[in-house]
Amino acid sequence: MGTLDLSIIDWSRAQFAVTALYHWLSVPLTLSLGFIMAVMETLYYRTGNEEWKRMTKFWMHLFAANFVLGIAGGIILEFQFGTNWSNYSWLVGDIFGAPLAIEGIMAFFLESTFFVVMIFGWNKTSKGFHLVSTWLTWFGATLSALWILVANAWMQYPTGTFFNIDTVRNEMTSFSAVLFSPVAMSKFFHTVTSSWIVGAAFVIGVSSWYLLKKRNIEFSHKSILIASVFGLAGILLTIFTGDSSAYQVAQKQPMKLAAMEGLYHGKNGTSLIAFGVLNPEKKVYNDSIPPFLFKMTIPDGLSWLAYHHLHAFVPGVQDLLDGSYLLTMANGEQIKPLTTDEKLTFGRMSHQAMIDYRLAKKDKNDSLMSVNRAIFDATSPYFGYGYVTSKAQLVPNVPLTFYAFHFMVIFGGFFLLFFVLLLYLRRKIQNMKWLLWVGIFSIPLAYLTSFSGWIVAEVGRQPWAIQDLLPTFAAVSNVPVSSIKTTLTIFVLIYTIFFIAIIGVMTREIRKGPESIK
Amino acid sequence: MDYAFFQAYWWFLVSLLGALLVFLFFVQGGQTLLYTIGKTEQERTMLVNSLGRKWDLTFTTLVTFGGAAFASFPLFYATSFGGAYWPWMLLLVCFVLQAVSYEWRTKAGNVFGHKTFEAFLLINGFGGLILFGIAVGTFFTGSNFTVNKDDLTQLAMPVISTWHTPWHGLEAVLNVRNLLLGFSIFFLARVLGSLYFINNIADDMIVKRSRKQVLRDAIAFLVMFLPFLVWTLFSQGFAVQPDTGAVFLEKGKYFFNFIQMPLVGLFFLVGVVSLLYGIFLGAFSKTSTKGIWFAGIGAVLSVLTLLLNIGYNNTSFYPSIYDLQSSLTIFNSSSSFFTLKVMSVVSLLIPFVLGYIIYVWRVMDKKQIDKAEMDEESVKY
Ligand code: HDD
Ligand code: HEM
Ligand code: HEM
Repeated sequence: MGTLDLSIIDWSRAQFAVTALYHWLSVPLTLSLGFIMAVMETLYYRTGNEEWKRMTKFWMHLFAANFVLGIAGGIILEFQFGTNWSNYSWLVGDIFGAPLAIEGIMAFFLESTFFVVMIFGWNKTSKGFHLVSTWLTWFGATLSALWILVANAWMQYPTGTFFNIDTVRNEMTSFSAVLFSPVAMSKFFHTVTSSWIVGAAFVIGVSSWYLLKKRNIEFSHKSILIASVFGLAGILLTIFTGDSSAYQVAQKQPMKLAAMEGLYHGKNGTSLIAFGVLNPEKKVYNDSIPPFLFKMTIPDGLSWLAYHHLHAFVPGVQDLLDGSYLLTMANGEQIKPLTTDEKLTFGRMSHQAMIDYRLAKKDKNDSLMSVNRAIFDATSPYFGYGYVTSKAQLVPNVPLTFYAFHFMVIFGGFFLLFFVLLLYLRRKIQNMKWLLWVGIFSIPLAYLTSFSGWIVAEVGRQPWAIQDLLPTFAAVSNVPVSSIKTTLTIFVLIYTIFFIAIIGVMTREIRKGPESIK
Repeated sequence: MDYAFFQAYWWFLVSLLGALLVFLFFVQGGQTLLYTIGKTEQERTMLVNSLGRKWDLTFTTLVTFGGAAFASFPLFYATSFGGAYWPWMLLLVCFVLQAVSYEWRTKAGNVFGHKTFEAFLLINGFGGLILFGIAVGTFFTGSNFTVNKDDLTQLAMPVISTWHTPWHGLEAVLNVRNLLLGFSIFFLARVLGSLYFINNIADDMIVKRSRKQVLRDAIAFLVMFLPFLVWTLFSQGFAVQPDTGAVFLEKGKYFFNFIQMPLVGLFFLVGVVSLLYGIFLGAFSKTSTKGIWFAGIGAVLSVLTLLLNIGYNNTSFYPSIYDLQSSLTIFNSSSSFFTLKVMSVVSLLIPFVLGYIIYVWRVMDKKQIDKAEMDEESVKY
């Protein structure tokens, strides 16, 4: 049996993070450019104007180059659950596997089949069928996002399941609870609508470059117009869904919320940090060092964001770990959640009950079995706490979560202004060099903003792979660290080559421009 | 319909996906023939474009095969992928390389040149096929793992599936029977690749070379597959005691499975005959382009029935030779009754999915690929 090498966990996490971020290089553009192309092709279909067809085809070429990058990344992510998170795969496969399988059956085949028609079918199918194929490719991509995000949301907020002591795993009891969990819904809408910002920025950036070069003027103005409308819709929806995401986080993962805000001590009517600099001296959650060097706040803002109630109590890291507190719900009702000490006790009880139950089962001792089953069923929602040896392990990386969250929100504000400005200025932007440069730089900015969202969501939920049920420590496969390092190196190498290649392919296509399309 | 029904149903679906995957491996087989059948740049362009409209279908089938295995037999997913780490990882790497190659190969601005991406396609063809075959070989020959659920509460080492060789799956390469299956899949895919070219491309030279190639690879396939088959059918198989679930070795188990499940046995024979007929059409007919359909259906039926053989009739489909009692069966490794039921409802979509795939295939391939199209068409790989 032996002991688990702890660096297995760090290397497995590094591998997951690297491959997931590579996957995310492609995904938001697929989700958004697909829509923009489909709108352009619809305009072509309705007006018969060849110019719209040329535009559609141009963006489609870039879409295709990006799409295959997503496919290359996705396959690793999927199988990685088995190869590097095997304990996880067994323990929650009953719930987590299902959305993945459904995603394959429902979404991936749709995407890959109609992608071929979309790219190669211009002269082989009718105009109408081709248009439908373009829409279906985008729809398939969005549907795949739904299923994978349902899976991810379940990890943040496990619902519709119970821990079966006989089979030693979590089992699904309600599919609709998993699918329509409020976390899944806010995650899906937030992720998809925020991805639209990435596509809008991409189209605007490329078009701005043409305007700077004084070429393809008509094409660029039309593209920018469509993209800004789409982007504005995207950011408005993103802010709305981001707000509901934060509300869900406050209810379901209060520790993540505390980390997002660098909040150690809560109070009634907690203010929101608009901008702040953390004190790097603060090392432990319960030392006496103040967490901020500098901050600008919005009074009562966090209470409002988290509980939709100006005077609600928002617990900080220290309240969550060492104290006990009352929560005010939206309807004004007050409840007292479990303290961390209680959860730790429950965690240990559930472990012991499982051990005793399985021993009793071997001895065929029915009464002992039923006693332990009862203890287990009452305490198993906190099973994961049985692995926790010190409370400090329960605190995620606060600086990373904090800065990522604020980066995302601040640049969310930037994008709102940016799209409004573009729509207001319309054709005047042609002569505003600085704004065109901002347009170009908005491409990397949009990606970074989107990445930081994932960092908030994923780093903020540490140490949990499954909230309260399974810490990453107990989720891994027992594979030698050297093997994981080798595969990680292989992936980094391949992905670096791919990254260089796609930048080359894309810049060349852009230089050639839409006029090269036959 | 009880739990056992749904476990059998999902084993059928996973096996069907595996069987369809082997058929769709004609893409990988075709890739290994790029330089054998395509002698000029233009010929290779036709081959690549012909395969290029299908590669994503194969890829997606692999992905869905994985997803379905995860959802329906999670203990298998956890044990095999987390244990036989290396063959699976290397297999994935082969597919990652393929994913971008078609699309980027001839793009202007591709800094690595088209040769690099052709090399990726070759790696995917050779590596992907042989590794897949070897990995599936272990379903018949067994692996070195244990599963102990009590370990979950061992705080120092909570992982329940343990692999007992330091090679983490690479040891499978040393087993001759695994190798035979690996190369069987490899040559079968090449046969299918050539048959697909005959069907899909209108070019005399390509068709002529493909017909020759069918025969060569078919002989190599039979030389690999027949020993594998005879050896597997008549040597020790991994049988399960129905009452206790205990696993034991039984001589001729897989042969008796075909006898005791006559329908499965019959379809296996039908598959083999259909495959041979497809090969015959491809190699010896002067005009027929239908070889791929007979061989394809044959391949699907034979792979499907072989997988059903090891899943049904009290057999362990993922045996452990390190600890027989850790061996996985469709009963001890499946998802819960509830999950299988939910997914079965979703599986009713499969005929619909197959329907639109077939429809789109027919629309897109109404006209065969030829030189003229490659010269005129602006969108091509
Ligand atoms: C919000 C969207 C989203 C998120 C969070 C993820 N993906 Fe993804 N994935 C897509 C959206 C997407 C997509 C846009 O639908 C892609 C990109 C290109 C494509 O073919 O589909 C895709 C492709 C893609 C593929 C290739 C599909 C094919 O063969 O066509 C696989 C196997 C995965 N993904 C698996 C995953 C896994 C296991 C993830 C989580 C860990 C994951 N994806 C996160
Ligand atoms: C594609 C966008 C995603 C990105 C950029 C992303 C980012 C990350 C990052 C940065 C980590 C490492 C966190 C840390 O170790 O501190 C991580 C871990 C992880 N994420 Fe994600 N994630 C993404 C999507 C998902 C999705 C959709 C799922 C579930 C389906 C998921 C499941 C996991 C798992 C299992 C781990 C490893 C265990 C852990 O470290 O918690 N991630 N992810
Ligand atoms: C402007 C206001 C915004 C707010 C209030 C907001 C809020 C949030 C919150 C609270 C989360 C964490 C959800 C969780 O952990 O479950 C999140 C995640 C995320 N954010 Fe934002 N966000 C905003 C803007 C943006 C922008 C502009 C983008 C991208 C361009 C973006 C992209 C993402 C992504 C990709 C995630 C990860 C997926 C998810 O967890 O939903 N967000 N956001």
